[in-house]
Amino acid sequence: MAKVDLNNMEGVYFDVLREIGNIGAGNATTALAQLLNTKVDMHVPKVDLLDFSQIGEAMGGEEQIMAGIYLVVEGDISGSIMFLLEKSSAKTLVAKLMGTENNDPEGDFDEMELSALKEIGNIITGSYLSSLSTLTNLNIYPSPPDISIDMCGAILSVPAIEFGALGDKMLLIATEFSDDVKLEGYFILVPDLESYDKILTSLGM
Amino acid sequence: MSQMIKVGMADLKLCKAPDAITTLGLGSCVGIAIRDPITKIGGLAHIMLPDSKNFANTSNIPKFADTGAKELVRIIVAAGANRTRLVAKIAGGAQMFAFQNKTDLTNVGQRNVDAVKAVLAELKIPILASDTGLNFGRTVEFYPETGDYIIKAVGKGVKTI
Repeated sequence: MAKVDLNNMEGVYFDVLREIGNIGAGNATTALAQLLNTKVDMHVPKVDLLDFSQIGEAMGGEEQIMAGIYLVVEGDISGSIMFLLEKSSAKTLVAKLMGTENNDPEGDFDEMELSALKEIGNIITGSYLSSLSTLTNLNIYPSPPDISIDMCGAILSVPAIEFGALGDKMLLIATEFSDDVKLEGYFILVPDLESYDKILTSLGM
Repeated sequence: MSQMIKVGMADLKLCKAPDAITTLGLGSCVGIAIRDPITKIGGLAHIMLPDSKNFANTSNIPKFADTGAKELVRIIVAAGANRTRLVAKIAGGAQMFAFQNKTDLTNVGQRNVDAVKAVLAELKIPILASDTGLNFGRTVEFYPETGDYIIKAVGKGVKTI
């Protein structure tokens, strides 16, 4: 019998997953600060187990245009991880990384910017996963990232479908980064049920 | 005064003219719009997965193509539509990420579209138009009054099928 049922998550398991979310997001923030070579503050992430119908709302509406960076995870656990960023935040980040001016916050991304954004996502999710790996002593290997810039609802349908195969809720970790501008990022971690068990077991639960 | 009814992810609702019904940001999911052109009673389902038979917990009926489409037909007929006159339009089923063919959720967008076509064929409901596949999200609005199914995508304008 699996320890974790996403529809009836017991308090203590949810607390553990929330804590993993906190630590992972903390490491991701550090990685971002190193990448941009600036100080980046992070607010305490909000971790929620949401119904599908609430997810879009939680992220500012289904039609909000966002950048989603998505990786498949293999090794001792399997699943996927997604990092989402509002489009204007993504523009700001890319401009900072490339040392350019963000003159056109509503404009489209060119090839170079897309590739930079993919790399940002790769580093952020990579540091998130490496903290999970250290914490649990499990081997976790991410695939190369892929990116989509589209309506939030459409991007979210991908992890939602993976969660949908498990239950009717998904785990969303909302993180607010700030240096001179405020950036809102979201992590969605989608291990399969067996992997949840492995994570909890390796933590002595 | 007509209103716009909103359907969420893994959700379905009834809609009678002159009201309209919408679902926002369809990705790999499929939006199934069905109506009776005479009584102008219709509805919209936002399904996420192709087949309820592969899952132990199927209590969320609108989540699956097979159970979702059948339930949508049931509530439309219960509201007074004629079962034999029902017609459908479908949209969605995109592949949002290029490498999505790695897991067994292989191109779930396409599998959703195939499953919806199969269940509508089984129910003998003709598909009058569809806008499916490719790699972008869609917001849809359905008008049971005219049967217009309006599709909006980021940077691709608006089209009516």
